[in-house]
Amino acid sequence: MAENHTTSTDMPVPYSTGDSKISETTIAEMRELAARYPVGRSALLPMLHLVQSVEGRVTPEGIEACADVLGLTGAEVSAVATFYTMYKRRPVGDYHVGVCTNTLCAVMGGDLIFERLKQHLEVGNDETTEDGKITLEHIECNAACDYAPVMMVNWEFFDDMTPETATQLVDDLRDGTEVKSPRGATICTWKEAERVLAGFPDGRADEGPTGGKATLAGLRLARERNWTAPSGQHGGGGAAAEQTVSPEAASGPRPEDQPGKESGTGSPAIPDSRKED
Amino acid sequence: MLTPVLSDNWDQIRSWQLASYQRSGGYDALQAALRMQPADVITAVKDSGLRGRGGAGFPTGMKWSFIPQDNPKPKYLVVNADESEPGTCKDIPLMMASPHTLVEGVIISSYAIRASTAFIYVRGEVLHVIRRLQQAVEEAKAAGFIGTNILGSGYDLDVVVHAGAGAYICGEETALLDSLEGRRGQPRLRPPFPAVAGLYGCPTVINNVESIASVPAIIKNGPDWFGSMGTEKSKGMTLYSLSGHVTRPGQYEAPLGITLRQLIDLAGGIREGHELKFWTPGGSSTPLLTAEHLDVPLDYEGVGSVGSMLGTKALQIFDETVCVVRSVLRWTEFYKHESCGKCTPCREGTWWLVQILERLEKGQGTEADLDTLLDLSENIMGRSFCALGDGATAPITSSIQHFKDEYLAHFTHGGCPFDPMASTVFATAGASA
Ligand SMILES: Cc1cc2nc3c(=O)[nH]c(=O)nc-3n(C[C@H](O)[C@H](O)[C@H](O)COP(=O)(O)O)c2cc1C
Ligand code: SF4
Ligand code: FES
Repeated sequence: MAENHTTSTDMPVPYSTGDSKISETTIAEMRELAARYPVGRSALLPMLHLVQSVEGRVTPEGIEACADVLGLTGAEVSAVATFYTMYKRRPVGDYHVGVCTNTLCAVMGGDLIFERLKQHLEVGNDETTEDGKITLEHIECNAACDYAPVMMVNWEFFDDMTPETATQLVDDLRDGTEVKSPRGATICTWKEAERVLAGFPDGRADEGPTGGKATLAGLRLARERNWTAPSGQHGGGGAAAEQTVSPEAASGPRPEDQPGKESGTGSPAIPDSRKED
Repeated sequence: MLTPVLSDNWDQIRSWQLASYQRSGGYDALQAALRMQPADVITAVKDSGLRGRGGAGFPTGMKWSFIPQDNPKPKYLVVNADESEPGTCKDIPLMMASPHTLVEGVIISSYAIRASTAFIYVRGEVLHVIRRLQQAVEEAKAAGFIGTNILGSGYDLDVVVHAGAGAYICGEETALLDSLEGRRGQPRLRPPFPAVAGLYGCPTVINNVESIASVPAIIKNGPDWFGSMGTEKSKGMTLYSLSGHVTRPGQYEAPLGITLRQLIDLAGGIREGHELKFWTPGGSSTPLLTAEHLDVPLDYEGVGSVGSMLGTKALQIFDETVCVVRSVLRWTEFYKHESCGKCTPCREGTWWLVQILERLEKGQGTEADLDTLLDLSENIMGRSFCALGDGATAPITSSIQHFKDEYLAHFTHGGCPFDPMASTVFATAGASA
């Protein structure tokens, strides 16, 4: 790994392109965000997410709008926007594709996946494909190390990746094939995702499973071997069969009885089936 | 052996919804807490022995008791859901599977410290987790668990889910407060401590997701129940996260004090045909350990006694195919990238560490470089403004301590002697890049 993997793009940053989409509605939504906090300025991070959802990046007009609503200077808002890696000054594609190259994912295959995708998409780190569809970026640990190597598309999890599944994934995204996260929802656009991060839910919380195989690894083993926490003074704290749990929950169907309720098919009794997944 | 409490409902259908959570006894603890005096809730959490699960292990009940109740300003609870320490992956699956466990904990904890507003500061890079948190808070509002006069108790609370924007340093509690105030996330000078002057200069408690999520079980089952698990000074159950070269990586909820040998056994062993080389007990900021340490009790005291830290119980497992130098370089690049730039030892020091490690990895260094690395680390450790700088030195000093020969092998070999394909999950699947 001689080449510095973090080498970043030298693509120019467009200043204003004169086609800002910040509207009266955007300003009203910014005010709504500010009103959710005891002090309005606390809404600045959500407001910058909102700017990205409208503009596809943080534009000079977006910065001015935040400044106006909060009574700050543009410089004060810029100082904040440039501090955080999720705020982008160059236009982002419909799909932001992140490959975790922090140590654990890197050695488990993340470095090779990132190299493969750079070649396959003919872009460098933090660059966008010519069709404007995909922005590729290497990312830091995304709190999913038990699913390494991990990728994120518009900040949805893609677990246990290989160079092959990674190229297939980006091909599907470019072709407009519907793509679902194994631990999340159907993939929306990056702008739509940014709107949820700003604090405007999109009603998709019920899609996807409770967790994947790794999330449930310990629990399944405990169930299999009848291990529970000690029972408490009110009888709780044990397995789902304790009396604090209503009968229908205790005897209710397990996720594995219901298709699509849980990703991964491996049972803890058999060796890791990731490679076949 | 395993004691699922926080994870106990994760295999229930739609466990993230209010109806499912209530079917497994959810919000019973809130009802019980609202019948208690707030001070008695604090006492119960103190008596349980719960220590912060965000890394430092500070007693949670004691932290709450520092809030000056005679201070007329509003009080705030802030949940640290920034989970970004490399290797750490417990809070995110918890909030994905059972956001209501956290929300119930938030309401009880806020009641205990008499907070008027609680914030859940969640890292921005986890869209679906944010959706589930947003929905859980809305469901709890609709059910009357959040809002005015909660369940007729006269207690009012608002809860805000706040998405961050990508910055590891915002997990540091005072940087988090600056970020939550709409600023660059840079740590604050302490004192004053957040308990006295935190968010907006008001008394503020900041706790990790898992700490707060443990509160409902404590209230429901009692402090003695909690203390019946774990060791003398490290009580209760906790989420251990195994990742890397084990057969079944994942979340394993066990009493504090279990050993890595036991956990690896539960996870089906090290991946077939390989052996343990090194591991982190609690993320990349905790000094590396080796196979020598398989029987160390994984509690605050046990891990401390062998010169590391329990941290976030992020057990990253690396087998003999992994190059220590490459691993340490990558972590160091992370710290350099995430250094907030406020203080010189960390801002300049992490930059120099990367320069030297890059040279070493290419086999172009000398043995004197190892001394320079240790010297630099000594100058960062304890002289940085916050613990990020200290953490950056942990992989370096511990790896030189345990694997000096491997650094030297890079010089004699004229580069990295390891095959980067051998350590991948697809190594045996015949894939190539
Ligand atoms: C650089 C840095 C990053 C941190 N990241 C987190 C984090 O993501 N989540 C967390 O709970 N604590 C994190 N901490 C620890 C917090 O500062 C704080 O100690 C913790 O949130 C307190 O909660 P607890 O007492 O419940 O553990 C971090 C500390 C440092 C120095
Ligand atoms: S130690 Fe690093 S992260 Fe912490 S204040 Fe100094 S420069 Fe910032
Ligand atoms: S190292 Fe990739 S998700 Fe943690």
